[in-house]
Amino acid sequence: MNIASSCDVAVVGAGAAGLAAAAECARRGLSTVVFDEQQAAGGQIYRAITATPLKDRTVLGADYWHGEGLVGEFARAGATHVPGATVWAVTRSDDGFEIGVSHDGVAQLVQAKQVILATGALERPFPIPGWTLPGVMTAGAAQLLLKTSGLVPEGRVVLAGTGPLLYLVAAQLARVGGRIDCLLDTTPRGQWRSAAPYAVDFLRSPYLAKGLSILRDARRATRLVGGVQQLEALGGDSLQRVRFVAGGRSEELPVDLLLLHQGVVPNINLSNAIGCAQRWDEAQLAFVPVVDRWGASSVAGVTIAGDGAGIAGARAAEARGRLAGLHTVHMLGRLDAAARDRAAAPVRTELARFTRGRAFVDAMYRPAEAFRIPAGETIVCRCEEVTAQQVIDTVKLGCTGPNQMKSFLRCGMGPCQGRLCGLTVTELIARERQAPPGEVGHYRLRFPVKPITLGELAALPETDEGIKAVVRIGKAH
Amino acid sequence: MFKRLPEAGPTVPVTIDGRQFAARAGDSVAATLFAAGVKACRTTPVSGAARGPFCMMGVCFDCLVTIDGRPNQQGCLVPVREGMRIESQSGARIAVDAPPGQP
Amino acid sequence: MAREFDVAVVGGGLVGGAIAYGLARLGRRTALLDEGDIAYRASRGNFGLVWVQGKGLGLASYGNWTQLAARLAPQLARLLRDETGVDVALEQPGGFHVCLSEEEMQSRVTSLTRLLEQPGFERYAFEVLDRAALAARLPGIGPGVAGATYCPLDGHVNPLRLLRALHSAFLARGGEYLPLHKAHRIERRNGRFVVSTGAGEIGAAQVVLTAGLGNAVLGPPLGLRALVRPQRGQVIVLERVRRFLAYPMATIRQTDEGTVLIGDSQDESGFNESLSTSISATQAERALRIFPGLRDVRVNRTWAALRVMSPDGFPIYEQSASQPGAFLVTCHSGVTLAGAHALELAPRIAAGDLGPDMQPFSSERLNVQEAA
Repeated sequence: MNIASSCDVAVVGAGAAGLAAAAECARRGLSTVVFDEQQAAGGQIYRAITATPLKDRTVLGADYWHGEGLVGEFARAGATHVPGATVWAVTRSDDGFEIGVSHDGVAQLVQAKQVILATGALERPFPIPGWTLPGVMTAGAAQLLLKTSGLVPEGRVVLAGTGPLLYLVAAQLARVGGRIDCLLDTTPRGQWRSAAPYAVDFLRSPYLAKGLSILRDARRATRLVGGVQQLEALGGDSLQRVRFVAGGRSEELPVDLLLLHQGVVPNINLSNAIGCAQRWDEAQLAFVPVVDRWGASSVAGVTIAGDGAGIAGARAAEARGRLAGLHTVHMLGRLDAAARDRAAAPVRTELARFTRGRAFVDAMYRPAEAFRIPAGETIVCRCEEVTAQQVIDTVKLGCTGPNQMKSFLRCGMGPCQGRLCGLTVTELIARERQAPPGEVGHYRLRFPVKPITLGELAALPETDEGIKAVVRIGKAH
Repeated sequence: MFKRLPEAGPTVPVTIDGRQFAARAGDSVAATLFAAGVKACRTTPVSGAARGPFCMMGVCFDCLVTIDGRPNQQGCLVPVREGMRIESQSGARIAVDAPPGQP
Repeated sequence: MAREFDVAVVGGGLVGGAIAYGLARLGRRTALLDEGDIAYRASRGNFGLVWVQGKGLGLASYGNWTQLAARLAPQLARLLRDETGVDVALEQPGGFHVCLSEEEMQSRVTSLTRLLEQPGFERYAFEVLDRAALAARLPGIGPGVAGATYCPLDGHVNPLRLLRALHSAFLARGGEYLPLHKAHRIERRNGRFVVSTGAGEIGAAQVVLTAGLGNAVLGPPLGLRALVRPQRGQVIVLERVRRFLAYPMATIRQTDEGTVLIGDSQDESGFNESLSTSISATQAERALRIFPGLRDVRVNRTWAALRVMSPDGFPIYEQSASQPGAFLVTCHSGVTLAGAHALELAPRIAAGDLGPDMQPFSSERLNVQEAA
């Protein structure tokens, strides 16, 4: 497919936020292009919504099928959707931005006046001993296999962790006849007490009813073990057993598949590499970009929407996508401030409705420190196989933050570019130094934020200055 | 490890490490591996440890496989095609063949 | 109240790390001051060459100093391995400077010939290889390569591990590493130097400025002219590939971990560490002409870093005439020169006098250049 070389707005990500943002922009006459890595629209929450083999809608539930309407709205709005496209760079250019995109094995540079990042979330790292063994996956991965391919785990299956998605996956798997041996709940006992201050909002939110029914389905589906304080995956070449400690007692289970989940965190690699300011959010225990009420980041022309700007779920992401879209249309002069604000008013009401109750969820399912900050030989960086002890040892050498540590250990230099180790490393160093995570900081990302081939890079346009910087005939050394 | 729900749909013939397998049209390579009972798709270049797909959304890079002779493809992002050759990988890829006697 | 040392080394990169280690080795109570996690840090942006060929055109002393450094590199590597257990993966099998056109070849050979003919230059041998000869030596050389020059004195090392080893060895020898101590002013008070930092004052009988671009600010009050400017260099890092390249090249090397680095570029764009896609594209295109087999290999990272560049590109080593005990050490080849910095320069600093043979490296030569 030939990608147009320029557009008014480039949207990165075709999930809830990206689809909504693009629809708002395209509907008002902006040339809008949405780039997404997946083969079809929907992001992760609405993954495979146009092609899922699960025709019985009660399996995935109404929340999932809401996405169908959104995808339809997007399809009618007049934006261009480029699936299978990986955005690896966003740099400033004279007219706005130059987007580096890789599609079908070819890298191209696309010009855009404004950029909306809707890169969504990824699962929080869950570094337990043995988490790299084949047979250990995220609970989200199992859910994706169900949505995209109608595959259901069989054999001895254990879920472990905390957070609404974990119980949702248990419920969904049970609905299709999947057998789950047990669900090991790592939510610290008594944590509901720290969530209590937010309970009122939660009771008034759309999440209460959903939450209760999911928990009920999850309880019916399997044996629930609460207050799990230690967890290990054991095996040689692949997962064979799970060992856990709950209520002071240790137990071992033979297992074929271990599904881990302890919440989701914003995917910030692209915004970080662009230079958008970010801050540590202590409630969400993650770095989030700094944005205003429209999603505008600290880099003029770059707006961030959805879970990539802070976790709040699919409906909130959709609302924030609309706000980002309206803001972008306004920034390009096609909507005055008053009209923008009028259009935004009902969206803000939606947003308030769907962010109410999130504080309770964040507090209730706050992952325990023991599962966020590993020790000893537990692998922290999966790509480069760097252990927790190795990271701690560099702090003793005087490393004050993840970037110096990265240069000493290669931790964070693999293809995932810190997506699965960044938060763990920040918190490890923070605890070792007794300093706040926000001060310790995060890896500094550079382009490409996703790998591209040398051949693709070589085929990009060269410039005279670029050539002069590299080919130095007659110069000393 | 995984079973298929009945509504699956049409199949597409592929090979996995030389073995014939009827993949489901529309599935990713990584999903196909799970459907075929394959848990581990590679060994790492750092230590030789076995790895398999972990996140299914293009973030973890553990699902790397060789597809039609091209190494280090993220299996969870590539949809299966008729006749596709999927191969597990061992360690670092070969880019330039070093002749014997050289490292 | 200031904490007192024999020497304060200001700047914890490869230059400061090597000198601090050298001083600690001699029993000097040494403080190594450094900034925080995010800083300009030329040392994190290093290609890793220990490179001799081509160096010193315009200053024969520099060519000789570089050769000394290459001779001292194995000793430094051994010391570091023995004292810290870290193997910096130094290999000195000789290196190739590859040319992609006849014009490049001719220019290169002319340059090297002129270099070696300079009065006072310690000559070494170099080979000129045409494409066929190069292809016989190295696997996978592409058809578009014109040839290369080879010098047996060239080599490479793992620069990040070198930095880590220097820091470890420094600590093992009783040195004190002070990160988050960015120096903003250095002055003489009560017969010694006082370094004012955000985290308090450090006092020392001697002070060595190794703060890279920061030297420009810290130097003048001490009578040291650090005429340095930033020069951007970009590097492409490829994923691990099964070992195929045993020799370093001027612009491509395979690390001991199996990754492949592609450099190098030079451009003047101020304090700009952002990446230029077109520079990367040109680097990539040239690398593919040298090794077409890398076409499908993935770029995992690219980075840009700022070299610390003097007006003529040569190091500045200087002792202050107005404030004895203050030294300036700056260069853009912290890796190549590490052995000389640790084992030759540090002892001279400890002795309080760089010696007359270091005179060509003082910034006075730049007056001559300006006048010329």
